[in-house]
Amino acid sequence: MIFSIPLGHWVELFINFLKEHCGGFFNFINDNLDNLMGLLTSLFLVINPYILIILLVALIWFFSKRNVALWSGIGLLLIYNLNLWEAAMETLVLVICATLLALILGLPVGILTAWSNLVHRVTMPILDFMQTMPPFVYLVPAVILLGIGRVPALLATVIFAMPPVIRLTGLGIRQVPVDFLEAAEAFGSTRAQKLLKVQLPLALPTIMAGINQCIMLSLSMVVIAAMIGAGGLGGEVLRGLQRLDIPRGFEGGLAIVILAIILDRVTQALGQKDKRKGN
Amino acid sequence: MKIFGPNPESALSLLQQGYSKEQILAKTRQTVAVTNVNFTVREGEVFVIMGLSGSGKSTVLRCINRLVEPTGGKVFIDDEDVTAANDVRLREIRRKKVGMVFQRFALFPHRTVLDNVAYGLEIQGVEKDERYARAREMLALVGLNEWEMALPDQLSGGMQQRVGLARALASDPDILLMDEAFSALDPLIRREMQNELLSLQSKVNKTIIFVTHDLDEALKIGDRIALMKDGSIVQVGTPEEILTRPANEYVAKFIEDVDVTRVLTAEDVMRPAGSVSLKDGPRVALRRMRKEGYSSIFVVTRDRKLAGLITAEEALEASEKDKEDLSEILRHDFPTALPETPLNDLIPLLVHSKFPLAVIDDQKRLLGVIVRGALLAALVRKGGMK
Repeated sequence: MIFSIPLGHWVELFINFLKEHCGGFFNFINDNLDNLMGLLTSLFLVINPYILIILLVALIWFFSKRNVALWSGIGLLLIYNLNLWEAAMETLVLVICATLLALILGLPVGILTAWSNLVHRVTMPILDFMQTMPPFVYLVPAVILLGIGRVPALLATVIFAMPPVIRLTGLGIRQVPVDFLEAAEAFGSTRAQKLLKVQLPLALPTIMAGINQCIMLSLSMVVIAAMIGAGGLGGEVLRGLQRLDIPRGFEGGLAIVILAIILDRVTQALGQKDKRKGN
Repeated sequence: MKIFGPNPESALSLLQQGYSKEQILAKTRQTVAVTNVNFTVREGEVFVIMGLSGSGKSTVLRCINRLVEPTGGKVFIDDEDVTAANDVRLREIRRKKVGMVFQRFALFPHRTVLDNVAYGLEIQGVEKDERYARAREMLALVGLNEWEMALPDQLSGGMQQRVGLARALASDPDILLMDEAFSALDPLIRREMQNELLSLQSKVNKTIIFVTHDLDEALKIGDRIALMKDGSIVQVGTPEEILTRPANEYVAKFIEDVDVTRVLTAEDVMRPAGSVSLKDGPRVALRRMRKEGYSSIFVVTRDRKLAGLITAEEALEASEKDKEDLSEILRHDFPTALPETPLNDLIPLLVHSKFPLAVIDDQKRLLGVIVRGALLAALVRKGGMK
């Protein structure tokens, strides 16, 4: 090949440009998010694990079914028993923060894609890109811009986990039957009223499915995120891998699975609860 | 007028140059859905827009509150040009002046019946207590006050549409747009709802614009009917006018299957009734009957209230016995009906009686008489259009 396009070089230039000119901004984000996550983690850890487990089980029972709560309790006790409690709480905070951030960013974008065909057409390929690009690739610019730590790990996770929130929010709103929109309009609803009183409530089951997927994707990122200092259960697995420490790797992996199952069941139950109410 | 397509101006100018809708569709791939529709709806009347599916009737209805934006033409409500209203004013019109009822009810499935009815007031920012009070009032009006906490899908179709009606009435609009409101209901419920709408209308007295494809429904509830075909109005008139003087071949064909007995009323076929007064004796009555060729005659009081009927034989018998008082031989076993009674309700009354039928108003004043022969003649005459 005589001539090759220096695409990678351009991306590097862009990242360096960001680092030079927006460094203050990234530092600001880094510090604040890091403080927030540290605060949340220590909040979870300051409570006695047994009490926290009881609280969580009660919460799960309230939102879901008794069996789910029971097995969640057993799973959490097992994690504590394996001495992985602190790591599990770090991972939980990472997943919660990533999901919240994905919702804060993703919901408005999802609403916009439902409103405007142009936004929809522009956004969809970007989402495809975000989801299909191997997540390891996000680690490099994240590290350059934010260094090593849980905030770059968080941002890489958000990029990877946000697409389903946007997609399913947009889909849910577009799927609201036109009859209801017509009725809302005929009675003189403003756009905001139509959105808040008709479209979002009717799209809620679909949006909940998006949130569920977002959480699952965040969890699937924890090992990768651990490579740039996310710590937590991902860190355990990673160390098990690096040292060929089979027990450590397996126990860390099992704890991730337990967390995943609990979060999945609970968010699904939430979605179904809303669906029942919504029909 | 409404043109569906990406570039309505081109179609509009073609239309103004006199091209037909088919030519425009072929040239520009755009559909002229509605054109040449002009009508005025009077305050307090039930105006029915009727036509087959695809005739543009729902589009016309939606142009009134601009759920469909008209490509051209104007819509006036009380001298205000709705088509010229800005967004804020349009919302105001939709909130205060025009209520709408939909074919598939379009009740919000996530809201209770009460919250559905209160929706219009809620988005206007009416306080909770006030809007619920008003919504309960509306639910009582349609007879559903016990269902306020139910969700729409727990209700039958007829009940859901009552909720739809209550929702449309809640903000007390002057105009009610009803888009095939009863078409999704089964025939029995549909008839019931039509009756209910008519009785409701006598209470609330709104201006109702009702779209339907069902001619019987149009004839039953419409004060006036606009018949649409291919996006244009073919004829506007009262049900009688449409039936008796169809504007063209299309209308004539349309109404050919109409059951005239449901449309024509006692008033349409009755004849002036010969009668005698209660103070007249049997001899006067006999003379009158002989003169007119009747075998019986109605007897009325001084203020023309119907007192009864006497037959020729009994009058003869009474006169031979020199009786002077008619009240002794009055009969009451003859049928009566109000002037608005449809013919199909009159037929059984006449079949089972050997006496003629008296048409009376609600003060029992005698308005006219229907004999079997006259009824048959009316049926043959009206049916002769076929």
